[in-house]
Amino acid sequence: MRQNEESGDFRVPGSRLGASDPSPSGEGGSRRRRETGGALPAAVAQAPSVGLRPPPPAAGEDHAAPSGTSGVSGDGSPLRHVHRPLPHDSGIRHVSGAALYIDDIREPDGTLHVALGLSPVARGRLSGVDLAAVHAAPGVVAVLTAADVPGRNDISPANADEPVFAKDEVLFHGQPVFAVVATTRDAARRAARLAAFDIAEEAPSVTVEDALARRETVLPDYAFGRGDVEAALADAPHRLEGVLRIGGQEHFYLEGQAALAVPGEDGDMLVHSSTQHPSEVQHIVARALGIPDAFVTCEVRRMGGGFGGKETQATQWAVIAALAARATGQPCKLRLDRDDDMAVTGKRHDMRADWRVGFDDKGRIAAYDVTFNARCGCSADLSQGVVDRTMFHADNAYFLPAVHIASRRLKTNTVSNTAFRGFGGPQGMLAAERVMDEIAARLGRDPLDVRKANFYAPGRDETPYGQSVEDTDVLAALVEQLEAECDYRARRAAITAFNARSPVLKKGLALTPVKFGISFTLTHLNQAGALVHVYQDGSIHLNHGGTEMGQGLFIKVAQVVAEEFGVGIERVRITATTTAKVPNTSPTAASSGSDLNGMAARIAAGTIRQRLVDFLCEIFDVAEGEIEFRDDRVFFGNESLAFAELVKKAYQARIQLSATGFYRTPKIHWDRAAGRGQPFFYFAYGAACAEVTIDTMTGEYRLDRVDILHDVGRSLNPAIDIGQIEGGFVQGMGWLTTEELVFDGKGRLATHAPSTYKIPVASDVPADFRVTLFPSANRQPTIYRSKAVGEPPLMLANSVFCAISDAVRAARGDGLAPLDAPATPEAVLRAIVGAL
Amino acid sequence: MRRTIRFLRRNETVEVGNVEPRTTLLDWLRLTERSTGTKEGCGEGDCGACTVVLRRLVDGRLVSEPVNACILLLGQVDGAEVLTVEDLAADGRLHPVQQAMVERHGSQCGFCTPGIVMSLLALYETGEAPDRQGVTDALAGNLCRCTGYRPIVAAAFDALGRIEADPFAQRRLDVAGALAALRDEADVFVGDERSFFAAPASTDALARLYLGHPDATLVAGATDVGLWVTKALADLPKIIWLGRVAGLDAVAEEHGTLTLGATVTLARAREALGALDPDLDELMRRFGSQQVRASGTVGGNIANGSPIGDLAPALIALGATLHLRRGDGRRSLPLEDFFLDYRKQDRQPGEFVTGVTVRKPAGRHVRVFKVTKRFDEDISAVMGAFCFDLADNGTVREARIAYGGMAGIPKRARAAEVALTGAAIDDHAAAERAAAALDADFAPLTDHRASAAYRRRVAGNLLMKALMEIATGDDAATRLIAHREVRHAAE
Repeated sequence: MRQNEESGDFRVPGSRLGASDPSPSGEGGSRRRRETGGALPAAVAQAPSVGLRPPPPAAGEDHAAPSGTSGVSGDGSPLRHVHRPLPHDSGIRHVSGAALYIDDIREPDGTLHVALGLSPVARGRLSGVDLAAVHAAPGVVAVLTAADVPGRNDISPANADEPVFAKDEVLFHGQPVFAVVATTRDAARRAARLAAFDIAEEAPSVTVEDALARRETVLPDYAFGRGDVEAALADAPHRLEGVLRIGGQEHFYLEGQAALAVPGEDGDMLVHSSTQHPSEVQHIVARALGIPDAFVTCEVRRMGGGFGGKETQATQWAVIAALAARATGQPCKLRLDRDDDMAVTGKRHDMRADWRVGFDDKGRIAAYDVTFNARCGCSADLSQGVVDRTMFHADNAYFLPAVHIASRRLKTNTVSNTAFRGFGGPQGMLAAERVMDEIAARLGRDPLDVRKANFYAPGRDETPYGQSVEDTDVLAALVEQLEAECDYRARRAAITAFNARSPVLKKGLALTPVKFGISFTLTHLNQAGALVHVYQDGSIHLNHGGTEMGQGLFIKVAQVVAEEFGVGIERVRITATTTAKVPNTSPTAASSGSDLNGMAARIAAGTIRQRLVDFLCEIFDVAEGEIEFRDDRVFFGNESLAFAELVKKAYQARIQLSATGFYRTPKIHWDRAAGRGQPFFYFAYGAACAEVTIDTMTGEYRLDRVDILHDVGRSLNPAIDIGQIEGGFVQGMGWLTTEELVFDGKGRLATHAPSTYKIPVASDVPADFRVTLFPSANRQPTIYRSKAVGEPPLMLANSVFCAISDAVRAARGDGLAPLDAPATPEAVLRAIVGAL
Repeated sequence: MRRTIRFLRRNETVEVGNVEPRTTLLDWLRLTERSTGTKEGCGEGDCGACTVVLRRLVDGRLVSEPVNACILLLGQVDGAEVLTVEDLAADGRLHPVQQAMVERHGSQCGFCTPGIVMSLLALYETGEAPDRQGVTDALAGNLCRCTGYRPIVAAAFDALGRIEADPFAQRRLDVAGALAALRDEADVFVGDERSFFAAPASTDALARLYLGHPDATLVAGATDVGLWVTKALADLPKIIWLGRVAGLDAVAEEHGTLTLGATVTLARAREALGALDPDLDELMRRFGSQQVRASGTVGGNIANGSPIGDLAPALIALGATLHLRRGDGRRSLPLEDFFLDYRKQDRQPGEFVTGVTVRKPAGRHVRVFKVTKRFDEDISAVMGAFCFDLADNGTVREARIAYGGMAGIPKRARAAEVALTGAAIDDHAAAERAAAALDADFAPLTDHRASAAYRRRVAGNLLMKALMEIATGDDAATRLIAHREVRHAAE
């Protein structure tokens, strides 16, 4: 079926398949070509996956997908595309430099460039800015301030609390105050530094403690729970309490924020934006320009990484580019310099978790009380949802009989914190894991035994927010399997022996679970649309509301559509996300991309397919049950027809070959006021075991080995999913180890570049890195019984933090020492010696 | 005198005669040539998304090296071939490195991928088959935020296993010929007296030019000067690039000394210094990244005067003499005396570093430790270098100790040295006295890399660790990365 698979051949875009080339569309394709007398359509000839061999067999590889995860659908019928490890649709373009990002789009004639004027202080009254020198600088065409926003000077998604340009007051160091539009980017950047600000500086709130002292919040406090926690704590045989500081995290998407706005006729505006949320960009651009949404189109082919950092945080740059385009009448591009990007875009929320726990002799929790003091920065942004998700994941995988989960959303004079892979969940779960380690240390038990004693189980299966955990057996089985496969008990004994004879180097081991709720907790976002066209040559145009940021969403959804029509994947043309084709979309976030858009695309394709079936039944007098779409043909009775031929006949019979699909997640509901409901359609599970060695003289450490077993249901694409698991784990590891955000006392971010902010590099990933998919179909009727995979693996890295803590415990020999995240070498040394 | 910058691009000679001196290679590629395959990720030579490969003829051999195009000035590619990610696929076939990256699912968002492909290409072109650390070293200067690197490392091994069937070998021969034809010994001067990019071809020409323009910016590798351009937006109207100065890149060994010319790259310095001690090899392995080591130079690292430049403390510990020249005048001084104060060196207007001479350790014991938040491609929080000369009875005859990150300059720990001199190497009390004496030597700062307290404590612990290792002869029990042990085993 995919004839070029063996050739290892590669075709540059624009080339045509020669006469001797096997047709990717099979015999039917050849016939069609004879009929039309032309070459194959360009869409087919340029198909990205043509000619690529699938990855080599899994022999010797530890990350192989179990055979049970591919090749057969839930009902036993063979699947040809879904469940297969197809390469990323842009893989060839990535490696040859042909994949276009915003800054690579060929600029329209006359394109101008925008740079930002940023506040030099974190908090104060803004009386004015002297822009004379900026205006006079070479190449400057225009300068924009808050006064130049014709619509609403606000980029916030919901709370009207964050201006495009600061006016009257500044909220954080680096807040945009004005924008320069110039003939070159270099000229704009140089001019932007010539302004003189008149700001009456005030002492900023920078830390959690600053904000608590000032009682400043961006949103009201919120709590939920159940039972009499104080009584349960008082009755518990053992009690512990503690404070865990959890650092934030910079997204460090490799492609910085960028937008290109192209003005059209009569106020139209086309915005190319590197955004996870095109509909919001469209809406807020229109709001700022003071025009209807319908005048604005937002398009994004791909992002060079997002991780949540382009969910709301891409909007401001698109808005400013559009304002500049509107003001000048020329196309305008704004691409942030990396240092500016890191200073002016939000990060993962850092938090201080204050906790108390009561438990029995086996370590089983009776009561848990926790307050998450979240540093939200200068505005609400997505902090309601983020901190709610922290609360939803304060239990992680553990049943908490009496529980009180509280949160404060603190306002500080720092950039507004935002979505980041896991969306608050990681902070809640890390606190839970810390509590498990504290309990184990107090009782002298193995932390894994304490964890297992607290797992959700039948009869102990209700979450603190009232949703019941229906599949408690999945996590139990998964952890059981990982514990055996990673040889946990024997390695624990070996490590204890090693530590006894090694005075300087100490090893640590930890196995931690992940249970992560899938669905947007803002219920209305759980919807998606898709648009599918089948053209007369049998090629298929696919569009949906999801955005591609590298996670492989586009190939997964294309696999679903190819499966639906029984055609080769190369027939399905993946197209850029645009608000003009699929409207009112949700952000590509909450791990929901393939769950939602895969289903919407399947529905759209299914609609067309059903029309083709009805048409076949009508003209060939066959029964619907006899019809099968496969191998680029449609089979019925003893006959078959090339897919393209069927399509042509259908067109001539005036059958509609275009359809939209719409999907909304069933079952979910959430009553925030009551703190009860079923916010999640299902849970994704995983577990990881990490082994580390620390140097007790410097606090440095190495990760020696990681074993991961993760549940993606029946994987839509095991190669893509393993990539998400590995990448998520390593990103989480960075968050908890070397990635340290340092703000100085004036609220300035000191770590605003990769030279000072250290994400993992290749050598930080252990050579012994074993990733396996847990073979288990989703019990919920998701797309081909798969499970979401974007966020959950990040929290597998909690095992690394706990393993480091375990090694510190071995170094001290007197129980668990306070250790905050990130566990930088300095934090580790401080934990070992008490105080530096 | 040549008035153009001349380099090879896609089999054509490109001559540029009218260009802002500060123009970077990346801007030229993306804005002038409009080749957008090469990406800007950080603009400071750290993320590697802009990695391109420069090929040069070195001693008649074609050498391919990865560099960060974002902080490389266009003039620095004079005489080289510039190879970018768009140039690799030929005749409808991906390069083996590209093919392996696709097959192993080595790209996700794809933005770092062009740089990774180019770093792996440079590795591939060495024709060697490195171990895992060799691969991760080649990738240390390439940040990927999506994949977790596992598939990229796997792709590297796949590609390196396909070198026999290399369909690109013939093209390399053609390039070597074209580069040989480009070669000349002319001084290069592009611009006018007020604004120029100059690349003198001899030390004499350099001395004359710099004396005439003491306000010019000397550029060797531009791994720091590049950031003055991209981040500080410095104008830098007059640039003198040292890369064409004949003989300034010499490596010479004689009478128990090693002399490194000012423009010896950190990559070549690794070979020379690494041969002296495994810790020096490890220090240089972790120095910046492959891209930075290919561009950055010994002279640049010293003359830059950074308190956290790793080379100076190591050289000071070995005992190093710095050589300078101004016009026709030459002088030498102990390296530690060159550093006067934070970012202030003993260098006159128009004076430049020509090289540095170190004493080989011979029988002396060397230990060097670099402590960072992240092991690879990170700037030191504390860097300690130790060199002990022991008498036959095991007492310390001479102690030379220098630290980076502990003061405004790379600095000797003279009080600690005194405390150890004459003591037995395994005298724990003397070691503790020496560690305590560091308080007299240093008053470190708190910054985003580390607190003063951490720096102070680690400085002492590194000294203790060095003494412990030398006294016991055991490195395995104290090292997270067993490079000394590996070296011993190999010997």
